[in-house]
Amino acid sequence: MSTVATSQIKLTPEHARPRASVRSRLQDALPKIVLAPSFAITIVFVYGFILWTIYLSFTNSKTFPSYVLTGSRAYQRLWGWTFDTDPPSSWYTSITNMGIFGFLYIFICLALGLFLAILLDQKIRGEGVLRPIYLYPMALSFIVTGVAWKWFLDPGLGLEQTLHQWGWTSFHFDWIKNKDFVIYTVVIAGVWQASGFIMAMFLAGLRGIDGEIMKAAQIDGATTFQLYRRIVIPLLRPIFLSAFIVLAHLAIKSYDLVVALTSGGPGGSAWLPSNFMYEYTFKRNEMAVGSASAVIMLMTIVAIIVPYLYSELREKPR
Amino acid sequence: MLRKLLIGTALASGLAFAAHAEDVKEVQMLHWWTSGGEAAALNVLKGDLAKEGYAWKDVPVAGGGGDAAMTALKAMVAAGNYPTASQMLGYTVLDYAAAGVMGDLTETAKKEGWDKSVPAALQKFSVYDGKWVAAPVNVHSVNWLWINKAVLDKIGGTEPKTFDDFVALLDKAKAAGVIPLALGGQNWQEATMFDSVVLSTGGPEFYKKAFNDLDDASLKSDTMKKSFDNLAKLVTYVDPNFSGRDWNLATAMVIKGDALVQVMGDWAKGEFNAAKKTPGTDFLCYRFPGTDGSVIYNSDMFGMFNVPDDRKAAQVALATATLSKSFQSAFNVVKGSVPARTDVPDTDFDACGKKGIADLKAANEGGTLFGSLAQGYGAPPAVANAYKDVVSKFVHGQIKTSDEAVTELVKAIDDAK
Repeated sequence: MSTVATSQIKLTPEHARPRASVRSRLQDALPKIVLAPSFAITIVFVYGFILWTIYLSFTNSKTFPSYVLTGSRAYQRLWGWTFDTDPPSSWYTSITNMGIFGFLYIFICLALGLFLAILLDQKIRGEGVLRPIYLYPMALSFIVTGVAWKWFLDPGLGLEQTLHQWGWTSFHFDWIKNKDFVIYTVVIAGVWQASGFIMAMFLAGLRGIDGEIMKAAQIDGATTFQLYRRIVIPLLRPIFLSAFIVLAHLAIKSYDLVVALTSGGPGGSAWLPSNFMYEYTFKRNEMAVGSASAVIMLMTIVAIIVPYLYSELREKPR
Repeated sequence: MLRKLLIGTALASGLAFAAHAEDVKEVQMLHWWTSGGEAAALNVLKGDLAKEGYAWKDVPVAGGGGDAAMTALKAMVAAGNYPTASQMLGYTVLDYAAAGVMGDLTETAKKEGWDKSVPAALQKFSVYDGKWVAAPVNVHSVNWLWINKAVLDKIGGTEPKTFDDFVALLDKAKAAGVIPLALGGQNWQEATMFDSVVLSTGGPEFYKKAFNDLDDASLKSDTMKKSFDNLAKLVTYVDPNFSGRDWNLATAMVIKGDALVQVMGDWAKGEFNAAKKTPGTDFLCYRFPGTDGSVIYNSDMFGMFNVPDDRKAAQVALATATLSKSFQSAFNVVKGSVPARTDVPDTDFDACGKKGIADLKAANEGGTLFGSLAQGYGAPPAVANAYKDVVSKFVHGQIKTSDEAVTELVKAIDDAK
């Protein structure tokens, strides 16, 4: 009863102000109190450690953190390695792999996800069964995906071996053992895992499109292709943006997939920057170099996220 | 009210103090020996300590494996929460000692005579600044060939004494349709094999100069180039599917007779033992051709941390038990390695173990006991990993010629130093 009363009083500020009881003050403060711990944790463990990592990248930390600033030697070494192409330095391999993996992973996931969503959106029977089948891989951890694909792609165990046993002995697929192609197997496994999720996002978007617009276009004589090309896909623009952001950060933080699928690849040819960071920080005791590479990864993410946030926040007030 | 509180606090702290003065009868141990044989071997130590009244507590490590354990250790030490001891490898011990977090076991060492019984080369890692900071548990050696005897008999081969003999033997196996060389294409396995190749190609003096002293001239030399050529030669005898294979799967190929030989450290013997194979009748252990008389070693150590006084007694008990002759023998029989002290009787060991013990003793006395660069006993981790990178890139073709490999090796090692 009294809660109703206080909330009614609160609705009219001129009454509430002078009679602000302890209780209503508490109610005002409650959200802040509840949020405070997670806010503090985020500040310390996310932003605090970002600053710490940036600081470490300017020291000469080896096995343990050292707090004496020694300049940008770590960055200079990374910069030098960026142009070490023959034989490729580990850092050069990592960033070129990031480019190949990032582009193909995002592009194929978007294309495949949209394609599957459009097919599923044709009011077909059994959609309720098909949708979870495509969505299910997202529920697996990268480690499971990696190990399963590792066995499947291994020429001595999986696909190639099976087809040989079935009689197709000329079949040859050893990308996972090949230094030039191993990164594409990471793309295959990554796409398999994420495209179903992207499909679900697009499907939700497609369901949200007003049927009236579609009908109007059909009456005006638009073909199905034109319908999708001119109306549906442009209307899905926000979904594209969200899907892109989800995929981009998944791509940049991919680490476990590479480890589980390739354990680094022949001669380290499947490394991504995250593998580089872990190797240098924890295995080679070059914490400063590892931190510098982490900072560069962060900058890459910032370069993607900030324009997105900027455009989002600018559009809101209108 | 306040008085009561004060009295309570005083009482509580008094109790805490009383408890403090009592020794903690517990050993906290960080290690990654969790597989069947290793865990069984470690149980011997647990039993020995239990007899003296010390409980054993494993420090949990999520994910298992040495890397995860080292990451966990780093976090514990950074938080000032030292375990009694931790399994550690080579330069890691020295890194932690330099950071001033290791304990001092010199008194125990003197009493137990470790100075005389532990090989000098090992003391480089277990003694820092004149103080004993770690207790070596075992000595593994890397320059071994593991051969399937049935396959060897079938192709009519004999023990290869030189590198050329070895190549001829591999040719014979190839002609007979067996995979000649079982190799796992992971960088540490390739580099471990290369350690032996360098010792075989350049001899003991050269190995020491190049891979322990990191002498520039030796690293750049034609001998090193020749070593890379020899490695390239060996790589032509592996099956096409070798890349990324785990070492124990490569060992399994030899056990099953799919492959003739594996170049691997003596931990491979554990796999043969687990498959109920007997040395001499089912499999043979030879030194890598051209390296007889020298031993490239690595060693597991228990690094002893600078724990509070009430936990020191437990630490001393652990260290004493670790280097006791009975444990050294019991543990290493199971583990496949040889004891970390040279005065342990070899009665319980099999033929390969006996040879290992004799070789270690001879190498220790003759000054031909060298740290394995691939296993992190030749140089600090940054250098060792740079070396593994180069060898692996050479094996997998990112580095195309031995000329280029030598240039890259020098560059990578300079960069990492």
